[in-house]
Amino acid sequence: MFAYVVRRVLATIPVMAVVALFVFSLLYIAPGDPAAVIAGDQATPADVERIRASLGLDRPYLVRFGAWLWDILRGDLGTSIFTNLPVSTMIAQRIEPTLSLMIVTLLLAVSVAVPMGVVAAWKQGTIVDRAVMAFAVLGFSVPVFVVGYLLAYFFALEWDLLPVQGYTPFARGFWPWLQNLILPAIALGTVYIALIARITRATMLEVLQQDYIRTAKAKGVGQRAILFLHALKNAAVPIVTVIGIGIALLIGGAVVTESVFAIPGLGRLTVDAILRRDYPVIQGVVLLFSFVYVLVNLVIDLLYTLFDPRIRY
Amino acid sequence: MDRRSLLKAGVAAGAVAATGGLAAPAYSQAANRVLRFVPQANLANFDPIWGTQFVVRNASMMVWDTLYGVDNTFTPRRQMVESEEVSQDGLTWTFRLRPNMRWHDGEPVRAADCVASLERWMVRDLMGQMIRALRQELVAVDDRTFRFRLSAPYPKMLLALGKNNTPIAFMMPERIARTDPFQQISEYVGSGPMRFNRAEWVPGARATFSRFEQYVPREEAPNWLSGGKRMLLDRIEWVIMPDPATAGAALQSGEIDWWETPLNDLLPVLRRNRNIRMDVADPLGNVGCLRFNHLHPPFNDVRARQAVAWVVNQADFMRAVVGNEDSLWRPMNSFFTPDTPNYTEVGSEILSRPRDPAMARRLLQEAGYRGEPVTMLVGQDIPVLNAHGQVANALLRSIGMNVDFVATDWGTVGARRASREPRERGGWNIFFTWFAGADHVNPASTLGIRAHGDGAWFGWPTDPAIEAARDKWFAANNAAEEKAACDELNRAAMISQPFTPTGFYRAVQAWRSNVSGIVPGPLPWFWGVSKS
Repeated sequence: MFAYVVRRVLATIPVMAVVALFVFSLLYIAPGDPAAVIAGDQATPADVERIRASLGLDRPYLVRFGAWLWDILRGDLGTSIFTNLPVSTMIAQRIEPTLSLMIVTLLLAVSVAVPMGVVAAWKQGTIVDRAVMAFAVLGFSVPVFVVGYLLAYFFALEWDLLPVQGYTPFARGFWPWLQNLILPAIALGTVYIALIARITRATMLEVLQQDYIRTAKAKGVGQRAILFLHALKNAAVPIVTVIGIGIALLIGGAVVTESVFAIPGLGRLTVDAILRRDYPVIQGVVLLFSFVYVLVNLVIDLLYTLFDPRIRY
Repeated sequence: MDRRSLLKAGVAAGAVAATGGLAAPAYSQAANRVLRFVPQANLANFDPIWGTQFVVRNASMMVWDTLYGVDNTFTPRRQMVESEEVSQDGLTWTFRLRPNMRWHDGEPVRAADCVASLERWMVRDLMGQMIRALRQELVAVDDRTFRFRLSAPYPKMLLALGKNNTPIAFMMPERIARTDPFQQISEYVGSGPMRFNRAEWVPGARATFSRFEQYVPREEAPNWLSGGKRMLLDRIEWVIMPDPATAGAALQSGEIDWWETPLNDLLPVLRRNRNIRMDVADPLGNVGCLRFNHLHPPFNDVRARQAVAWVVNQADFMRAVVGNEDSLWRPMNSFFTPDTPNYTEVGSEILSRPRDPAMARRLLQEAGYRGEPVTMLVGQDIPVLNAHGQVANALLRSIGMNVDFVATDWGTVGARRASREPRERGGWNIFFTWFAGADHVNPASTLGIRAHGDGAWFGWPTDPAIEAARDKWFAANNAAEEKAACDELNRAAMISQPFTPTGFYRAVQAWRSNVSGIVPGPLPWFWGVSKS
């Protein structure tokens, strides 16, 4: 197992190298010019040229890539073209809100979606099943920002229960921290709940047809024990896989959710950087996201062994 | 520990956490001394000489002070300067600073700081560049006095030092001002009424400012950039909200106090809320711009540019920009801002007479236009520009032009408009933008109507008549001469159409009713603003 983990961690290095090359090349050929954005609308072409030169953007591709790669290898993600702050500092400033949003969303989604899927499978064909599936379809169909605006309208403006926007660091108290995350987490979690609930239902339906479930019923095991101890544990591998895949959904959804609820997280940092062509920030954030994604996949693979002892690495 | 003790401990911990007792709030100022403000854009950098975006200028106005500042009649008034003296021949300017001014780090403000600041500013600013070209000497005579010696008179010296157009001549400590003007500063020490809290700055999310206790305001009443900048607030928090709907909701719920640029679509909603006040943000408004590329066909021929001008219906453009709020726009048959001293409609028949598509088609034919594609760059991510693009697309097609509509983002437009290549090699024919009305009150900052070829703004028009009229304004010694020069400039520009004005429009600002002292102007002033 340990050797497997080490191998997998080492395997992230070539993956990250490919991501780095891809991101750098994509940004190099993408239209747009940070110097023009910095210079502003009133700048003369000569101003833009001087700013481009001062940023080193007039250097050849290979020179720029080599310099960037060398910095990365030394653990330096570079400095933002616009803010003059180290990219690592900007990421550090933004990581807590995004991490908080993802954790709360994940907890909310799993704690709601898994029981929903289980109950839907158990009550297959009934109104409960149909209601869960209807919710799932709705959850997939309604964009995150629409859910966000509706939640903000009712819970913040109409009923004055929760704040419209913003983020309070965890260090300033649990409730201040949580109250800023409830609406964004529901908005972001809706699609996630729909996804997990559907997969849970489908997998549970398959497991509930198995012989050992019929045997458990014949032995007089209670319904709850059958569902949650026998069936769910055996349905866990595909569910955990989907949760892992869903992390990518969360990263993408966080971009929108953070904008709608004005949460200063990595999603907004990415969008701002793309719109301004702040290359070092885009490269740093994409590298971070891809690293996280590789790690999440590793964790999911390791979790398989907990749910299914037959799996060995 | 047994199960009951564990549960009790958990409940107690939860209660403490829920009340926020685990950590004290970082800021303890009374709520009515803290103002939460949503600016027009993200404060992504904080160097008003390096980055000329309006949002940077607006924040900088709190932190850095100026030698002079214009009032609402565009007259430069003394600010950091106590007195000035100009020699009979107009070649030597001597400035004496006010006493007891201090930087935010406690050091005294010295003439040497101002010299270094002016040196940096002159490289980047249009008027500064003119002064720099004439400068024979700029030296600190003593700690409170510095002197300019010029090779020719420059009557607009005080306006240059006190204007509100970017980049403003902000004063910085010498060690900071020595930074290359094309590199960002990394230390934010000013002598203005507010200090910048660098440690709290999260670009894209938040910037905060605290009152500078040692700031000594002037005795005069505040008037735009001039007069006593008395801060009635201890702390100002800029909260960046990219989504207008969120900002609107936050203003309604009282989570923010002042929103600089509400989306026009949201004005009816805000108007219905009795806790919200609204007014025009900037009486000088904005000037819409349809910019031609003068280097390549068809718009290298003045008749093609005139053809477009003959069919531009400013009402169409402006309604696309401001919606049904007709009070927020007006026609602008001029290159100068309405309701300002230099406004003139001399020679503007091409815009003021009834629209004439037949004339436009004839002019296009005479210009040799035969249906070649016309590449129009439209920044879709900025609503004003998108609106311009949609209207212009229909307009040009209506006179038989073959529009190559390039829907892209502003970052791409910003890069592509710098290309001087023909359209088929990555160039362009038309793009849109807008100018602050404050930049069009006189020819000093009107980049769009410079017409000196290669050195001109994107589009690179060449027209000696425009340049000659502009030179006359700079040489003018009184208001009458200035007005005559502007008339001449307007006439020349109406013929040449370096760009076609698409109308004049104003934006609205909104704030909570418990905030008072907000004064409309070309930028948000925070002095005199209070909160109950």
